[in-house]
Amino acid sequence: MPGQEIPAESRVNYLNASYGVKSWLLTTDHKRIALLYLGSITLMFFVGGFFAVMMRLHLIEPQGALVAPETYNKLFTMHGVIMVFFFLVPSIPATLGNFLVPMMIGARDLAFPRLNLLSWYIYIIGAAFTLYAVISGGVDTGWTFYTPYSSTFSHTSVIPTALGVFITGFSSILTGLNFVVTIHKMRAPGLTWFRLPLFIWAMYATSIIFILGTPVIAITLFLLGLERLLHIGIFDPAIGGDPILFQHMFWFYSHPAVYIMILPGMGVMSELITCFSRKRIFGYTFVAFSSLAIAIISFLVWGHHMFVTGQSIYAGLIFSVLSFLVAIPSAVKVFNWTATLYKGSISYDAPMLYALGFIGLFTMGGLTGLFLASLATDVHLSGTYFIVAHFHYIMVGGAVMAYLGGIHFWWPKITGRMYPDGWARFAALVIFVGFNLTFFPQFVLGYLGMPRRYAVYPGEFQVLNVMSSAGASILGIGYLIPLIYLLWSIRYGPIAGPNPWGAKGLEWETPSPPPTENFEEIPVVTQDAYDYANVGGSRV
Amino acid sequence: MMTGLMQTGFTDLAAAVATIPIHPTSASSIADSVDHLYYFLTAITLFFTFAIFATIFFFMVKFRRRSPDEQPADTTTHLALELTWTIVPTLITVVIFVWASSLYFENSRPPEAATEIFVVGKQWMWHIQHPEGPREINELHVPVNAPVKITMTSDDVIHDFYIPAFRVKKDAVPGRYTSLWFQATKIGTYHIFCAQYCGADHAEMIGWVYVMSPTDYAAWLSGGARNETMAQTGERLFTQLGCVTCHVADNTGRGPSLVGLYGKQEKLRNGDTKLVDEALIRQAIVTPNSIILPNYPPIMPTFQGQINEEQVLQLIAYVKSLGTEERKTNGK
Repeated sequence: MPGQEIPAESRVNYLNASYGVKSWLLTTDHKRIALLYLGSITLMFFVGGFFAVMMRLHLIEPQGALVAPETYNKLFTMHGVIMVFFFLVPSIPATLGNFLVPMMIGARDLAFPRLNLLSWYIYIIGAAFTLYAVISGGVDTGWTFYTPYSSTFSHTSVIPTALGVFITGFSSILTGLNFVVTIHKMRAPGLTWFRLPLFIWAMYATSIIFILGTPVIAITLFLLGLERLLHIGIFDPAIGGDPILFQHMFWFYSHPAVYIMILPGMGVMSELITCFSRKRIFGYTFVAFSSLAIAIISFLVWGHHMFVTGQSIYAGLIFSVLSFLVAIPSAVKVFNWTATLYKGSISYDAPMLYALGFIGLFTMGGLTGLFLASLATDVHLSGTYFIVAHFHYIMVGGAVMAYLGGIHFWWPKITGRMYPDGWARFAALVIFVGFNLTFFPQFVLGYLGMPRRYAVYPGEFQVLNVMSSAGASILGIGYLIPLIYLLWSIRYGPIAGPNPWGAKGLEWETPSPPPTENFEEIPVVTQDAYDYANVGGSRV
Repeated sequence: MMTGLMQTGFTDLAAAVATIPIHPTSASSIADSVDHLYYFLTAITLFFTFAIFATIFFFMVKFRRRSPDEQPADTTTHLALELTWTIVPTLITVVIFVWASSLYFENSRPPEAATEIFVVGKQWMWHIQHPEGPREINELHVPVNAPVKITMTSDDVIHDFYIPAFRVKKDAVPGRYTSLWFQATKIGTYHIFCAQYCGADHAEMIGWVYVMSPTDYAAWLSGGARNETMAQTGERLFTQLGCVTCHVADNTGRGPSLVGLYGKQEKLRNGDTKLVDEALIRQAIVTPNSIILPNYPPIMPTFQGQINEEQVLQLIAYVKSLGTEERKTNGK
């Protein structure tokens, strides 16, 4: 176990194979690119988080405690834009996906290593435009960029922001393309589709959405830019356009994008739950196909964002029924993860606590989605804090929890070091408590009728807002703790060894950190994924 | 002294917790039925959340790892179980879907007898016009126990007219008319919110609905100094803007007579047959060349940018009043 292995420093691995800034900025090693992404998205997460903290501080007072309404509008816009497009969308795919897809399928790299590096540079250029928009005065359209406000009325940096999102989209498309080709063509001998870890299935489903969905948001934002610059009359009704058309196009991408954020998290969950209960996943094919089902149905539910726009009630019916339909595969996954625990050997290591936190928060996020898929209740709840609470339960309670769980799980593989387990469990608890205190009151606020994106609000909503703000400060601390001990562990953490969790999967059969080429010899796979009952089962 | 302070602190806290609102005022004919569905969904959510939490907690205790090299027995997929937990949630969602959709269908059809009130959203206020004439800003006076239909549009960006106590909400979209209806059931004062982000003072685009007894409402309607109805204002505009020079009532002008036009099916020059409703009249004023009747030259100028959405609504009210008169004379 830890300590008995050869110290990581004395062995050549992907981290010490070469030194210098150039060796990182020109690397084509998927593992180093994963770390480039990890650094960039962590920065963006804390920038976006800073805006969230400012918003919650401001909302302590009904008349607004901190900033002018115009500034508040920029705060929630920048929070949304940065968190959605520059943190959540790339989070798990670009970091853990980049690191793990080749390792899990027994390949030495992705199919197109240079394209992979290009993806990162495109992401950075996009992020630079968006950060420039922040510095140049910010943008106030909301992350949804609804027309004709964004195309005609806003006086803020809409174009640089939209351009940043437009550019970053290409990094998603290229990453998706790279994953699809890699998963199809580079699996190790014997690694059939139904032997793949479910994380790979999730990455595959996500990649499909990247490739099919992202071009639509690119087109939409391009048209928005043209409308703003040249007034061509696509979205602005004053010159013959249709502002609702923008919403159709925007949500045609942005609803599937929700699944871009959550599907990878579901993939991580399947790895964590199996490892820490030492069980084969319950219902492998159901979990695998539910990912694909979600990816496909997610393209057909966009209209549920538009029930109160005056869209036809018959269209509303269709979108409502499809929205209920997309809930089913998610429920199936939750039941299968729970059943996986049955008669397992469950340990409470930090990654497992994040995983259990995910199940709890995702379940609540998913079930509150039923209120919004239901036409009659959506009329009352849409555009209120209920929506805000619902999607934060999915995207933060779900996706971020899974992301942190995944980071904690593979951290010893990525760095070769262990972090302090006690601190990690403590952080998981703080995040879980802080999260619920922040967002649960928002469900009540929404039902009471408090609209979202309000810089000031009637006094009767204050108590719940103060509770939410108090929770946000706890949540903020909860996110800072892992940042500190993970950075600490890089230098001071105990040596992890190749497989500190006793996990199955090809990535755990390499040393930690892995060598640049991942595998000295390409492995031959003879087992199903998660064959925890088959102790020491050999592959060769 | 410390304990005294702490005691006050706790009492204050307890008092504060007790005053946390958890249920919105319910003041319309549909509010209770929406709430019942909401409670049902809350019950489903609590049940499943609790069931999953309890199961996980139970498994975590019962199947906790007792020794580092513990090796649980293998399990395989259980098809019956998989089908059960796929089909049962599907059936539950079918129930919810049918319930929610039928309620939505009922709630989306305004009763025939509904009083129509017109709302124009404008950064950052609500302009409200009653057909009888009174106009108000950020205030809406309505009678209790009478159906009211709100027809709305926007002068600039998308807004959303939201009355939480009535559980109704609809976007006010520039360039088109949307509508909602309600029947207030309790005399009182309730929030109007803008629920679609619309710029700097979005949060200030709020107002009040005053639900009044029928007598108070009648008194309020006749109380204003101005006794001109919307249709009369529209008629004045019709003259001022020169519409009257072409749209002559006896059909001798260069444009078609508008008498009795509202509510009719009209055949257009391009062969389409269209219902003459609010949206079509608005289109005729804003983009006249997009709807031309046969036998008339396309000579009408656009009034886009020259009149605001409120004035368009007044003109429509005038055209509608012509239609009503026509039907009345036919009836005689």
